[in-house]
Amino acid sequence: MRMSRFSAALTGLAVSGFSTAALAAGSVDGAVQKQATNWTAIIMFVAFVLATLGITYWAARRTKSAKDFYAAGGGITGFQNGLAIAGDYMSAASFLGIAGLVFSAGFDGLIYSIGFLVGWPIILFLIAERLRNLGKFTFADVASFRFRQTPIRSMAASGTLVVVILYLIAQMVGAGKLIQLLFGLDYTLAVVLVGVLMVAYVMFGGMLATTWVQIIKAVLLLSGASFMAFMVMVKFGFSMEALFAKATEVSPKGIKLMAPGGLVSDPIDAISLGMALMFGTAGLPHILMRFFTVSDAKEARKSVFYATGFIGYFYILTFIIGFGAIVLVLNVPEFMAADGKGILGGTNMAAIHLSKAVGGDLFLGFISAVAFATILAVVSGLTLSGASAVSHDLYASVFRQGHANEVEEIRVSKITTLFLGVIAIVLGIAFENQNIAFMVGLAFAIAASANFPVLFMSMFWKGLTTRGAFLGGFIGLITASVLVVLGPPIWKSVLGHPAAIFPYSNPAIFSMPLAFFCCWLFSKMDSSPDAAKEQEAYGPQYVRSQTGIGAEGASEH
Amino acid sequence: MSKSSYERVIANPKFHELCSKRASFGWTLSIAMLVVYYAFIAVIAFDPVLLAKPLSSTGVTSVGIPVGLGVIIFAFLITGVYVRRANSEFDELNRQIVEESK
Repeated sequence: MRMSRFSAALTGLAVSGFSTAALAAGSVDGAVQKQATNWTAIIMFVAFVLATLGITYWAARRTKSAKDFYAAGGGITGFQNGLAIAGDYMSAASFLGIAGLVFSAGFDGLIYSIGFLVGWPIILFLIAERLRNLGKFTFADVASFRFRQTPIRSMAASGTLVVVILYLIAQMVGAGKLIQLLFGLDYTLAVVLVGVLMVAYVMFGGMLATTWVQIIKAVLLLSGASFMAFMVMVKFGFSMEALFAKATEVSPKGIKLMAPGGLVSDPIDAISLGMALMFGTAGLPHILMRFFTVSDAKEARKSVFYATGFIGYFYILTFIIGFGAIVLVLNVPEFMAADGKGILGGTNMAAIHLSKAVGGDLFLGFISAVAFATILAVVSGLTLSGASAVSHDLYASVFRQGHANEVEEIRVSKITTLFLGVIAIVLGIAFENQNIAFMVGLAFAIAASANFPVLFMSMFWKGLTTRGAFLGGFIGLITASVLVVLGPPIWKSVLGHPAAIFPYSNPAIFSMPLAFFCCWLFSKMDSSPDAAKEQEAYGPQYVRSQTGIGAEGASEH
Repeated sequence: MSKSSYERVIANPKFHELCSKRASFGWTLSIAMLVVYYAFIAVIAFDPVLLAKPLSSTGVTSVGIPVGLGVIIFAFLITGVYVRRANSEFDELNRQIVEESK
């Protein structure tokens, strides 16, 4: 009895987690009806694009060195970086998805947002400072600090590219569908538009433009969400009790909205997903890269503090928005689906409908434009991170063995950006009608199983050697990928086999410990003279990671 | 970093003081966060009724609402606690170590 309740509760988390994966991926699942062209939204979006292109122009003039291009010259403040990190986290998916989850499940939505937030303090306490003190442009700088460059950089770049491409496809397909729904634009046009703009931001403006696009969007999203939550609270005299009372009265779930629910599935899957979300965050290349944009460890710490504050505040807003939608959207004929079953466009549209209910067409246009801007900001960060892995890790360190000059390195980065843009557009179009819900889950699982173990052990364990890190990282990467292909998301849902060979949707609970184990085992078995040197080099690395002596500073301008 | 400055840092007792203080503080707060989070999850798993209870006999707001919001606020506050001590005490100690390594 106890066990079954436990699994039920955990599964509640898993299910909500999966819906996020689906959301992060699609925002809107399945076929969507193209809407009438929404001119207010389009005008506001055009204003956003013009402003951000202006910033890109400004950033391009200031972006000269490699450090400017990859790390915004190291001159972003902790507060700005906190907003940018929060922006990377507050995707269109988490905004619409969490609000939708609260709208349909009440309290369970809160459980889920908490699960997403608690990884951040731990990143701060254990990883952030060391990362900032050791790194330069990419997390591979940290992971390969005392090891042979070629194998470790190749491994880290593979991990980065796989994560980035999976994430990009998911975002592109999500963008296409969302834009079709919100703006009434054609799917292909929407995907091409997102691809072209992201290439422009990254190629010309580098990290400086990418960061400011993310900051502006974070401010717009936080303001928009604050306004919606405020308007909801005004209607209830700022009494949460009054809001909840009305919501439980009108919702078919009634008083159950106030209690933890939970659907039955598998506890192992639930824990596995939780591990992927928590540790995957600490292995996402585009998030880790943000720690190199600030001047020192002190600003890196402040970034996480502000990011945690903004993300937490944002989740509280989405909780109010979800309940607001129950009261102001549910059962209002204008927002209900034609067949009377649920609201137009599904529960993920709850926040969008609420924006119209509290602020009319103008505010609906604003929120739609912000949702589009959100996707643009997130894909730009991803693209920059992928381009850095190719130019900084593969080209400069592996292919040219550290002999490339900055001009060449930046040029390779820009060419890669263009290339990634084309890939993203082509795959975005190719995957339009595919089930892509597994992609974000897979990206997190790979980040947790390949990038995170190597990064963590290189910083915390003296005994790690090149061989251990290389084999451990690749085994994590391959195991996570193979298990996802053999598991229900691909084997059953995409390939159409009756039953999956591997029974769990999320492999992290197996692949992550396996990667840690292999890092340990192959390091222990490594008795080469190189290994002894690498272990000896832990001392200086440790001193630098703790004190910042020798760490990268901000550039001079 | 030059070899001599590395050796000076390693020989400096303040360096070991910084590392052990920061490690124990960091791990303590990490464990506190995990305990709070998993306690919350455990209550949901084993005694969900506890969180479903209304706060007062007349209202609908359940105990779970302030508890859940409390976990979010706790996560924010605990990062603040860490940053405050790290940016003052630890950074000061670190400054001395860097100074003495020259």
